[in-house]
Amino acid sequence: MDVIETDIAIIGAGGAGLRAAIAVAESDPQLKVALISKVYPMRSHTVAAEGGAAGVIKQNDSLGFHFHDTVSGGDWLCDQDAVELFVNQAPLELTQLEHWGCPWSREPDGHVAVRSFGGMKIERTWFAADKSGFHILHTLFQTSLQYPSISRFDEYYSTDLVVEDGRCQGLVAMEMRTGLLRMFRAKAVIIATGGAGWMFPFTTNGAIKTADGMAMAYRAGVPLKDMEFVQYHPTGLPGTGILLTEGCRGEGGILVNKDGYRYLQDYELGPPDPWPRKKAMELGPRDRLSQAFWHEQQKGRTVSTRWGEVVHLDLRHLGEAKINERLPMIRDLATSYVGADPVHELVPVRPVVHYMMGGIHTDIDAATPVPGLYAAGECACVSINGANRLGSNSLTELLVFGGRAGRHAAQYAREARPSVDGSLLLKRAETARKRVTDLFLREDQGKRIALLRKALNDAMEDGAGIYRSEESLKKSCDELAELRRCYGRVHLEDKSNVFNTHLIYTLEVGSMLEAAHAIAHSALQRKESRGSHQRLDFANRDDERYLKHSLAYYNADGDPRIDYLDVTITKSPPGKRVYGGDV
Amino acid sequence: MNQPRPYVREPSRTTWYLTHRRYMQHMAQELTSVFIGAYALLMLWGLRALAAGEESWQTFLASLGSPLALLLQWLVLAATLYHTVSWFAVTPKAMPVQLGERFVPGFLIAGAHYLAWIVASLIILYFAGVL
Amino acid sequence: MTYRTIELEILRYQPETDTEPRFQEYCVPCEEDWVVLDAVNYVKDHLDSTLSYRWSCHMAVCGSCGMMIDGEPKLACKTFVRDLPARKIRIEPLANFPIERDLVVGMDDFMEKLQRVKPYIIRDQQRPLADGEYLQTPAQLAKFKQYTLCINCCCCYAACPEYALRSEFIGPAALALAHRYNQDSRDHGAREREDIVASDEGIWDCSFADACSQVCPKHVDPAGAIQQMKVGATVSWYQERLGLRKKTGAENK
Repeated sequence: MDVIETDIAIIGAGGAGLRAAIAVAESDPQLKVALISKVYPMRSHTVAAEGGAAGVIKQNDSLGFHFHDTVSGGDWLCDQDAVELFVNQAPLELTQLEHWGCPWSREPDGHVAVRSFGGMKIERTWFAADKSGFHILHTLFQTSLQYPSISRFDEYYSTDLVVEDGRCQGLVAMEMRTGLLRMFRAKAVIIATGGAGWMFPFTTNGAIKTADGMAMAYRAGVPLKDMEFVQYHPTGLPGTGILLTEGCRGEGGILVNKDGYRYLQDYELGPPDPWPRKKAMELGPRDRLSQAFWHEQQKGRTVSTRWGEVVHLDLRHLGEAKINERLPMIRDLATSYVGADPVHELVPVRPVVHYMMGGIHTDIDAATPVPGLYAAGECACVSINGANRLGSNSLTELLVFGGRAGRHAAQYAREARPSVDGSLLLKRAETARKRVTDLFLREDQGKRIALLRKALNDAMEDGAGIYRSEESLKKSCDELAELRRCYGRVHLEDKSNVFNTHLIYTLEVGSMLEAAHAIAHSALQRKESRGSHQRLDFANRDDERYLKHSLAYYNADGDPRIDYLDVTITKSPPGKRVYGGDV
Repeated sequence: MNQPRPYVREPSRTTWYLTHRRYMQHMAQELTSVFIGAYALLMLWGLRALAAGEESWQTFLASLGSPLALLLQWLVLAATLYHTVSWFAVTPKAMPVQLGERFVPGFLIAGAHYLAWIVASLIILYFAGVL
Repeated sequence: MTYRTIELEILRYQPETDTEPRFQEYCVPCEEDWVVLDAVNYVKDHLDSTLSYRWSCHMAVCGSCGMMIDGEPKLACKTFVRDLPARKIRIEPLANFPIERDLVVGMDDFMEKLQRVKPYIIRDQQRPLADGEYLQTPAQLAKFKQYTLCINCCCCYAACPEYALRSEFIGPAALALAHRYNQDSRDHGAREREDIVASDEGIWDCSFADACSQVCPKHVDPAGAIQQMKVGATVSWYQERLGLRKKTGAENK
């Protein structure tokens, strides 16, 4: 097997991966960085983030406010030391991005402008119109081009980590153009592969968000933390699941049901006026808004369309000029994909799977329990997001923890013991290769992979949606166990080497099945309702038993083992989440 | 094995502009330069005739009046107009004018060019004694 | 739910078995609001899993799914089937790029050119982070904003007649990106970039066919950017000849 020698290998070249790569290059230009991604960097899904990134910069705001909004938004499942560090670093990282050329929207005097977002006491979201993620990604990518120590390996699909001697020493990845598997031998590896929304049928996520990194770490023995917490964004376009940013509501948009009634006032988010008002009504947190939709649907007060049940997002009162300035892409997307121009019409929306709060267990330095292995971004769980991520924290998280992962990995790489005998690593890599090549040898039998993915989607939607129960989750767990067995027999319909997207698709479904399994079991074991994890059979939060992070450990032949870890509470004891008139 | 073997499609060097209306229009615009160039040569010829004296100048003027010469001049005029119109149409791209946060609408910039063209023509016609 | 059935005529090329590309036809039952990408995905999931193409976001922002649709470079995720009245839709990989396989084209050349124009802020002096952001008024932002909107889908390269004939041409998207940084009030790198953009392979190769701007799915105007840089480079040239400013570039470094 070909071996590529590097100091630090980074899997994933989205926001977190690029930020990590730049951090390594800036902290030590002597360290060689291999930036490995299954897509070209600018295709990474950071590109689709719209609303903006949170960071305290204005005089009327404070780090304490950002801290509290984040912790209460996360239903007190956030590690408060991590949140404190995060809110402290946020303004610096966002300023750094400004220095690198990010075209942030501005106030008339030239200072960076901020907008309101859900669950925030004060407006603090930096934005670049409604393409913030796009601009952040392209700024990072373009900035990364000036560092000679960063070598990119675009369209390399990583399949497995190489863990030997108790530490991570590299990975195996396939060059998609040739189908060749190569080993990257590295002193440290950073996983920055993003989320896993594609395991659900209806998601804002791009097709590339398939849990690859989570599954890789999971199989290598790193626990997945808090996987039961899956965020539904309240406003996706029906049919496609295209995201309509929370910025729509931040700018003053409202949600109405089929009677034109602002139904959120019925769910402890009102009163509706005065509007707009922070932390109230449409500017409540995402979990509450998505749950409110579910209740409206139960009551039959949603609107039936050919795409299913929806509510309406009303932006008309903002006026054409403001919509064009602040939300131009939203206007374009709504007009194109559902035929509703928000300047003149109501836009149909419904909750849609958006973000994984859970992920690879890391500490505050982005380090996983396996020495030499780091993770950052959506694939990781530090955790600053707790049970429900505050809107506009994820783009900032990419920067803060991507940067930290880079710096800490660089330090580790400089101090790392010389690696063990290379032949042992190659042996590991060969095992990984066999996992892929075996797929080519399978007889034509078993389920087609496209059907397997459909079944996975259904199992997740039915069992692990906005509201869950013992019954629904058990059913999902059983189905997932069966699908894992099926996957063991799945065969390749395309046995070519060059750019075999069917093979990639097959491997991705394998990754998603593992992550989905962790989600369903973590959710089944958490017998309480907290943030985005709502159990019909356990309607209340139970701090006594579940003020804990769940940790799912991989089990190749059966169900994952679920363990728990205490939440770090430093200065905000668990309290009631208060929105609406009571704020 | 596994060596990438990309397939390269070479465009025809001689007929590529026939493959799309957009390219044909572009080549038509480029082609009009030939007429404009030809007319410049004609002007030079006229200048030489003028320098050679009254008689040759009159011969030159007479030759311009022949049906063939008239046809050619009409062709040059048509080509020049096409070139001018299509060129003015894209001037806003090459010379955007920003006022505060907004850009001056393209038709105003193109319009300014037409205005300058008319003014220049009037001046020339004035000195030529036509006006 | 089927709105109408269409025939997709897709150019296939599998380098391990094909000596040259060939068309393959598929019948696809489309729904009313389907884009071409949905139809291609239908082929992949239901009819032929060996078809290879790139896609991800399905919302016209990741830039993966640029392809020739009935001869025009377009994003498959933003091209609606209902807007293509013919029964048959022809899909080919982006023109002017080598075909790696099926609808997947080689991007190496573009990626190299993107890097070559130094698309990042170049400054004589960095401002310390603790001093906060650079001030930039909305008007200063508006000056370059539209050139930041390029998603690198490469539709412009597929339309550019110059790039088709002379692949050394740096091309629309990369040049527009250079212009984007040149126009940014925070940047001081315009003269450094001029050595690249005004080279033999740069702006002077453009004959202003405007094809790039006409096909850009994000309404960026690379043709405009290139003409503006031509004006700028011409001014620089005269300034240097008249001794009004020093020559920059390689000899200075």
